[in-house]
Amino acid sequence: MIAWLRNPWGRPRALAFVTGAYIIWSIVPVGIAILFAFNAGRSRTTWQGFSFRWFTGSTGSVFHDPALQSALKHTLLLAAITVVIAVPLGVTLALGLQRWRGRGSGSVNTMMLLPLVTPEIVMGVALLLLFLKVFPSIGLGTKAQAIGQVTFTLSYVVVIVRGRLVSIGREYEEAAADLGAPPHDQILRVLLPLLAPAIVASAAVVFALSIDDFVVTQYLSGDASTTTVPMLLYATARGAPSPALNAIATIALLITLATLALAFFVYKRFAGGGGDAAVAAIMEV
Amino acid sequence: MSSRWTWRLLALPGVVWLSVFFLAAFYAVLAVAFGNQDSFSAPVPFWNPLDWNVGYALAVLRDIWSGGQYLTVFIRTFVFVAIAMVISLAIGYPVAYFAARHAGKRRGLVLLALILPFWINYLMRMLAWINLLSPDGWGTRVLHTVGIDRVFIWLGLLTSEGGWLDGQPSTVIIALVYGYVPFLILPLYASLDRIDQRQIEAARDLGASPRGAFFRVTLPLSVPGILAGSVLVALPMFGDYYTPDLVSASPKTNLIGNQIDQLTRQGSEKVTGAVLTIILALALLVLMVYYLRSTRSADDLAEA
Repeated sequence: MIAWLRNPWGRPRALAFVTGAYIIWSIVPVGIAILFAFNAGRSRTTWQGFSFRWFTGSTGSVFHDPALQSALKHTLLLAAITVVIAVPLGVTLALGLQRWRGRGSGSVNTMMLLPLVTPEIVMGVALLLLFLKVFPSIGLGTKAQAIGQVTFTLSYVVVIVRGRLVSIGREYEEAAADLGAPPHDQILRVLLPLLAPAIVASAAVVFALSIDDFVVTQYLSGDASTTTVPMLLYATARGAPSPALNAIATIALLITLATLALAFFVYKRFAGGGGDAAVAAIMEV
Repeated sequence: MSSRWTWRLLALPGVVWLSVFFLAAFYAVLAVAFGNQDSFSAPVPFWNPLDWNVGYALAVLRDIWSGGQYLTVFIRTFVFVAIAMVISLAIGYPVAYFAARHAGKRRGLVLLALILPFWINYLMRMLAWINLLSPDGWGTRVLHTVGIDRVFIWLGLLTSEGGWLDGQPSTVIIALVYGYVPFLILPLYASLDRIDQRQIEAARDLGASPRGAFFRVTLPLSVPGILAGSVLVALPMFGDYYTPDLVSASPKTNLIGNQIDQLTRQGSEKVTGAVLTIILALALLVLMVYYLRSTRSADDLAEA
């Protein structure tokens, strides 16, 4: 570090070392956890050879254990429901907020951003009490979980779509208006096609956020059938779990990464502006 | 239909959704915290503010005032988060600096490696460490071979060899750092990346030593990034309950999040849990507003 302070344009060996060590520290433990998903034995601490038994084996594997299977299915179901609701709500809210300048828009904007910075436990408690005391007819379970996830993922959609709206500018809409297109045509035939890459990216981000969410989903869960993969990890990590837990976590991770990679390439291919813009769109928040 | 109304109508469904499931949910916390509980200690919310009962809130405040259990938990939370923040900055700043200035051709790869932990489930990252730090885990063995466990025992940070997961405050703090430091590095990277290199060159040309240029140009210009990143990391740390649960599971490392979780989700004293939630939210409101204001001014700059 001292050498680098003396000459910041030289080769910063100490900095490179710190960065390399950090990257190894942040990623290798997860790599080892993935490795043990393929352990041939029951141990998660002693390597006993390579096998797929915790994925496909006839007992205790992700594809055959009812609890694991149910958690994986429920996680994907919730993610699908959340995308279907959060994306249209977020896109329309982004369009509205971006072009609506006037009384009320400032406070709506603040309300939209607040879920991004509210600690999840505060939101979890608030939604838990809401469903217990205000909407007992909805109650806890899948519906409440989906509503909770939509509530905190909505802002991500708005932020991503709005970023794209800013970069598109108003010229296309104005051109359409000059040519006589009514407002709904400006939106449906001009803005939406231009926004498509951002919409795909935000859908992927919402899907990934939903799969990874733990706190809100746990607070709003009902019976055992509403357990998700992260909840399962929390509940059994300290017990006496088998490598099947590592296997299910690995599957969830692969789904998340595949979704985001897909979104990245869609954005890069269709939105132009190169990779940096795509990374920025996906990493925005 | 005028186009002004088109935009408001478009915003309407989202606004209604957030009003019902965000604002009303917060009101439910208030109504429960200032309500009552029945003989089974289930909460009975008072929806009319004129009826509010401050008894439960006062009981918590009195506990805090007289140095009771909640004060202990609040202080512990603050100390853990403060230490974790300092360690996170010590790790995060050099990494962000390297990625922004020196990564060269490998910048894309370095950035990818820095972003990756974002999208690995937090609980999976904790699971990885639980495997490694269990008494016969690879991590425990490596730490023993290198002698780090004996150093920790000597420093009083660990009670027994191989006992990393037996309720050690040091393990909880390191786990918090591990969990949240990626969220600090990216805002830091963004703010360091934005600094105009010519300002540093100007400082050098005007006779500043490299060290002087760093401390008098780069560091001050990255302060907004340091603050925004710190807030972004502090907020979830203050609300965390799962990290101590997973890597310690001991009342000795109970944070305010654990206390709230035990009272609301697991337990039957939801009224007191709601009071603690409000105290936590009010304490964090300053940070939340600061972060929103700082990102908004950055947005305005980008739009200008």
